[in-house]
Amino acid sequence: MGHKVYVGVTAYYDPQGNMVPTAIQWEDGRVFAVDRVLEIRQAASLKAGGQGIRYRCRIRGRERYLWFEDPQWFVEGR
Amino acid sequence: MKETNVLIGEEGILLRRTILHVDMNNFYASVECLYHPELRDRPVAVCGNPQLRHGIVLAKNILAKASGIQTGDPIWLARQKCPGLVCVGPNYGRYLRYSHLAREIYGEYTDRVESFGLDECWLDLTGCTHLWGSGEQVANILRRRIRQELGVTASVGVSYNKVFAKLGSDYRKPDATTVITPENFHQLVWPLPAKDLLYVGQATCHRLDRYGVRTIGDLAQLPLEVLERSMGKNGRMLWKFANGLDHTPVAHSGEAFPIKSVGNSTTAPRDLVQEEEVKITLYLLAESVSSRLRGYGMTGETVCVYLRQADLSSCVRQCKLPRPTCNGEDLFRRAFALYQANCHGEPLRSLGLKVSGLHQGAIGQTSFLPEVLQQERTNVLETAVEQVRRRFGHRSLQRCIMLADPALSRCNPREEHVIHPVSFLHG
Repeated sequence: MGHKVYVGVTAYYDPQGNMVPTAIQWEDGRVFAVDRVLEIRQAASLKAGGQGIRYRCRIRGRERYLWFEDPQWFVEGR
Repeated sequence: MKETNVLIGEEGILLRRTILHVDMNNFYASVECLYHPELRDRPVAVCGNPQLRHGIVLAKNILAKASGIQTGDPIWLARQKCPGLVCVGPNYGRYLRYSHLAREIYGEYTDRVESFGLDECWLDLTGCTHLWGSGEQVANILRRRIRQELGVTASVGVSYNKVFAKLGSDYRKPDATTVITPENFHQLVWPLPAKDLLYVGQATCHRLDRYGVRTIGDLAQLPLEVLERSMGKNGRMLWKFANGLDHTPVAHSGEAFPIKSVGNSTTAPRDLVQEEEVKITLYLLAESVSSRLRGYGMTGETVCVYLRQADLSSCVRQCKLPRPTCNGEDLFRRAFALYQANCHGEPLRSLGLKVSGLHQGAIGQTSFLPEVLQQERTNVLETAVEQVRRRFGHRSLQRCIMLADPALSRCNPREEHVIHPVSFLHG
């Protein structure tokens, strides 16, 4: 069973008001750039326990899910 | 709105209505289990606060249900039935948000979405099936989306009327679709116990028992005159429900139903024995009802009190006011008089106050009678009090009597107003 890891996020708002994450800051302070957002949709996180807008992102060549559970951002921890 | 189970489509082709009833399973408990993954494999019940004497089971998950726990069981009984039970408190804000998210999903398929409580909705897909597929296909899509997007499961009933659609969503749980058609309802619906039908409660069940009615099929086959003689227009309504002749339309999203009454009730943190304790509670309720009436711009002329004693027996008494009002003071006086006339020192557990006979705005002729002038002055005063409360908080201005017992006067029924399912009959 995973757990929620709350992360800091730098986001870009496009002219239509859509919010797109560009970088995440991990618990230990390391910053990872989001190379590309592949999908945006409402989804539940069964592993970590939560629900919100899920961003399927490519970070350092790997796909990762990032949730916006208003007002916080989280990823599924191991 | 057209009230029929068939609609005439293009070129005069008859369309059968396609109605879905979506019921999110074990709603409160499912949401709590989603947010607490560590509880998912344990029996969980969402319970009210026992300190406030609201300690009953509001919802339970499948594991708790398997132990025989029922909604409404006191916590001690639930723990007796299931010693390993995990009780968690309710989180209404989260449930409201979930309900809203689910409605957003439904709104993508039809504009006719009618809520029945937080976790249930009817959807009318008549005329939309060429866009999204058959009722059953849409039901399966909705279940999948609710599971993936919200993390909870839902059961969906698909039928040609609202009553059978609701029966369908109860027929198979969790996460299932049941289709009830005019062709199969004799096999699916009629063998079910009569109590499964909407509006057949305990009292109706006992009454039907006298006619040997055990199943919905028995009810459907009973001569209509017998039911009408015994239960009046409700008998006719139930007979129609059982025969699949319900023509009630699904309301449009955002459609407001006329308000017929405004009321609040509360279970006190301890039994109310002294008159002063009853006064405090009634003032709280009267002020809440009065404030809501003012919000709607309405006045009412019938006051109804609900008195529940410590032994759980209850009575409802009502009387008319000399003239319509929305003043808390007038409502309190009449409600307290009803209490005095009907209670003689028995300890009370719950109290409720409801105003009906509503009128839009103040009615009545301009009068120079002193009691009417007094009522107008009270209205001005109470409106000013409300403005202060709106700006500085509910407790910024209180009646002196509230300070006599802060434990009782702590609650704010207006803001802690609990939403109950809207009646199917909108009454």
